[in-house]
Amino acid sequence: MGITLQEIVFYVVAAAIIICSVLAVTTGKIVRAATYLLFVLFGTGAIYGILGYTFLGAVQLMVYAGGIVVLYIFSILLTKSDKDMKYKIGKAKLISVLLTTLVGAALVLFLLFTNGFALNMIPQGTELPVREIGLALIGTGKYQYVLPFEVVGILLLACMIGGILIARKDKREEEK
Amino acid sequence: MEVEIHVIHYLIISTVMMFCGIYGFFTRKNLLALLISVELILNATNINFAVFNRYLFPGQLEGHFFSLFGIAIAAAETAVAIAIIINVYRNIKQVLTDDITDLKG
Repeated sequence: MGITLQEIVFYVVAAAIIICSVLAVTTGKIVRAATYLLFVLFGTGAIYGILGYTFLGAVQLMVYAGGIVVLYIFSILLTKSDKDMKYKIGKAKLISVLLTTLVGAALVLFLLFTNGFALNMIPQGTELPVREIGLALIGTGKYQYVLPFEVVGILLLACMIGGILIARKDKREEEK
Repeated sequence: MEVEIHVIHYLIISTVMMFCGIYGFFTRKNLLALLISVELILNATNINFAVFNRYLFPGQLEGHFFSLFGIAIAAAETAVAIAIIINVYRNIKQVLTDDITDLKG
């Protein structure tokens, strides 16, 4: 059996995610870092789609790629932070950070490979129906999520009020 | 017809993403770049939730909803953090972690 289209898409997306996430934390310009983050978020949405969670992928694209990245770009331009990216990292710090990161990644990968996950197959092309998601989100029974749904609503309201309160101009400051 | 992609391959992606985020969190000094690294870490965990749900417990939806709520909370966190950063910039005209020392005793 040859390589299926699904596999080709998956490996292309995987390579894009890995390359872009490495570039997002190593590039010297912050607008580029935000752009690479955008590509990583697109790739994550594509992975949700490959898994069959198309609703989750759509939410990922709308919330992250449509909302959060735009917010990042605006705040980068508002704070003129592009010139603040040029600084030296000490050699000792760089070595210790690289050591921590690489040892941690090696440990996690070692645990993954020695864990021996069963090769479960998932059916191709079956996506989670939106009707099921909606019923689970508004149900009150077991494995249904109306309480977290409402709590997230309150959280978003609180965060909206907090954001407005924090970011508005101070009136006393204006009068001076 | 079934998907041949092993669950390990998804987990490798999320591991690389996670440790890229950790590397960025240690090395960056700009607050917005730190926030970008945090986004990478959050996305890696969300991928893990979805993948474990799909491959190991395909009949249930816990991981799916955990990812969904995780995305919502990440959005809230980003909005508040950016409001704070813009306020800090308005007060001291800097967004580098080295220059924000007013709270030090």
